[in-house]
Amino acid sequence: MVATRNVNVKDGDVLVMVGTMKGAFLLRANGARKRWDVGGPYFPGHSVYAMAFDGRGKKPKLWASTNSMHWGGVLRSSTDFGRTWTNPESANVKFPTETGASLNQIWKIRPGRREEPGTLYCGVEPAALFESQDDGETWTLNRGLYDHPHRALWQPGGGGLCLHTILPDATNPQRMFVAISTGGVYRTDDGGHTWNPRNHGVRADFLPGKHPEWGQCVHKIVAHPSRPERLFLQNHWGLYRSDNGGDSWQDIANGVPSDFGFAMAMHPHDAETVYIVPIESDQFRCTPEGKLRVYRTRNAGRSWEPLTRGLPQKEALECVLRDAMSVDHQNPAGVYFGTRSGVVYGSPDGGASWSKLIGGLPPVVTVEAAVVGEVRSSGGRRKTNSAKASPRRASVRAKAKSARSSKRATPRHAKVGRRPAKKK
Amino acid sequence: MITFQIPGYLRTFTDGRGRVQVAEPVTTVREALERLWVAHPGVRDRVVDEQGQVRQHVNVFVGDESIRFTGGLETPVADGAEIWIIPAVSGG
Repeated sequence: MVATRNVNVKDGDVLVMVGTMKGAFLLRANGARKRWDVGGPYFPGHSVYAMAFDGRGKKPKLWASTNSMHWGGVLRSSTDFGRTWTNPESANVKFPTETGASLNQIWKIRPGRREEPGTLYCGVEPAALFESQDDGETWTLNRGLYDHPHRALWQPGGGGLCLHTILPDATNPQRMFVAISTGGVYRTDDGGHTWNPRNHGVRADFLPGKHPEWGQCVHKIVAHPSRPERLFLQNHWGLYRSDNGGDSWQDIANGVPSDFGFAMAMHPHDAETVYIVPIESDQFRCTPEGKLRVYRTRNAGRSWEPLTRGLPQKEALECVLRDAMSVDHQNPAGVYFGTRSGVVYGSPDGGASWSKLIGGLPPVVTVEAAVVGEVRSSGGRRKTNSAKASPRRASVRAKAKSARSSKRATPRHAKVGRRPAKKK
Repeated sequence: MITFQIPGYLRTFTDGRGRVQVAEPVTTVREALERLWVAHPGVRDRVVDEQGQVRQHVNVFVGDESIRFTGGLETPVADGAEIWIIPAVSGG
């Protein structure tokens, strides 16, 4: 067995948590993000579908969902950056006996809003939402969603019937979104008591009626805290934006080689900027043309540009799964993603250039980035404990620099708002 | 008395022991396992799910017989029996 290495982490460091099919890894760098130390493997042999960084407490806490094919899954946490992890005697996320259901996988761990320091959420398979109000000690099934009449009719996608995305509204504590494959987007406006589908305009190519009220295979939704009514959605075929809290969605697949994909990440400082990795099709889940390209929009989906510098552009039949892309909150923002072939790439400049941070890992399932010492949660605006230059001024500088660089680097074809050819 | 044979992974929850004995009289595998949960509660959720069913990729044998073919958790156990908990041949 390979020995587990640990990383030494201090305030201001950037941490990239990587969950794979056979264990977890921690990548650490200082703010420059040039040299990365690697910790792990943690939980060797266990799949780690979800990881989270919770900086709201006195000590930063890492979370990991570990699942053994033989022995089931639990949520585990670490307050010493992976040197030790909890291993609860009793499984901490369990369906109540009367449901007749049993946990198959924990797909998402989401710290609650900054104003709710003990609140955590997790999304699981079979599709359900669990909530903790005591910092993960005990978990309760959200009955409003579980008892929804649609639930019995949701169908599993290729990865299982999973609730994989949890998106609390940044400003409205009563509102939250979840995404289910295959059920679609559901929204609560009353703190989780009731839920309603929010999929108008999102297509379901695998059903006779292409625009059902619910039943879509949504792969990921993201939103920026400064514009919580605006959401972006990567669908199982389809890229969408909603400007009204999910009430309706419009197609924004303008100039991408395919509108099929899994991963999607929101820029931390710019509510117009989103990252995706287009995938050829649902049958051939590889990057189109053998080119590993991240696509970025900086105008909320009116156009997309390929980001390729440092990424393989030949014979790269890769796939980036739905939770395997993340951003840090530095200026300029770091962007990270991991592939099914076990490579993690990172960009310290908002996607302008990329480098391989580590390869040779088991298939990457989840990537979560965080800046240590920074309080970041689902809803609250960021607050850093480090004495740095004003983030706002830095953001303006970074944006101006990025705009100048983009002007030079953006290929002409990226500006053509051409819709992709529909794949069968 | 019956004896449980505990696989390596679960010994974290049995104080490192590979053999755990249950002295109380039991008549079925279910009763034996419930005794095991009392002594070593961390084993429970690794062997059975929240519905009390033995996990899909865990095999329980009484002697040489898998309980999947002998009545499941209601499989009788006699005094002196050995119960083996073994991860199935599966992976990926």
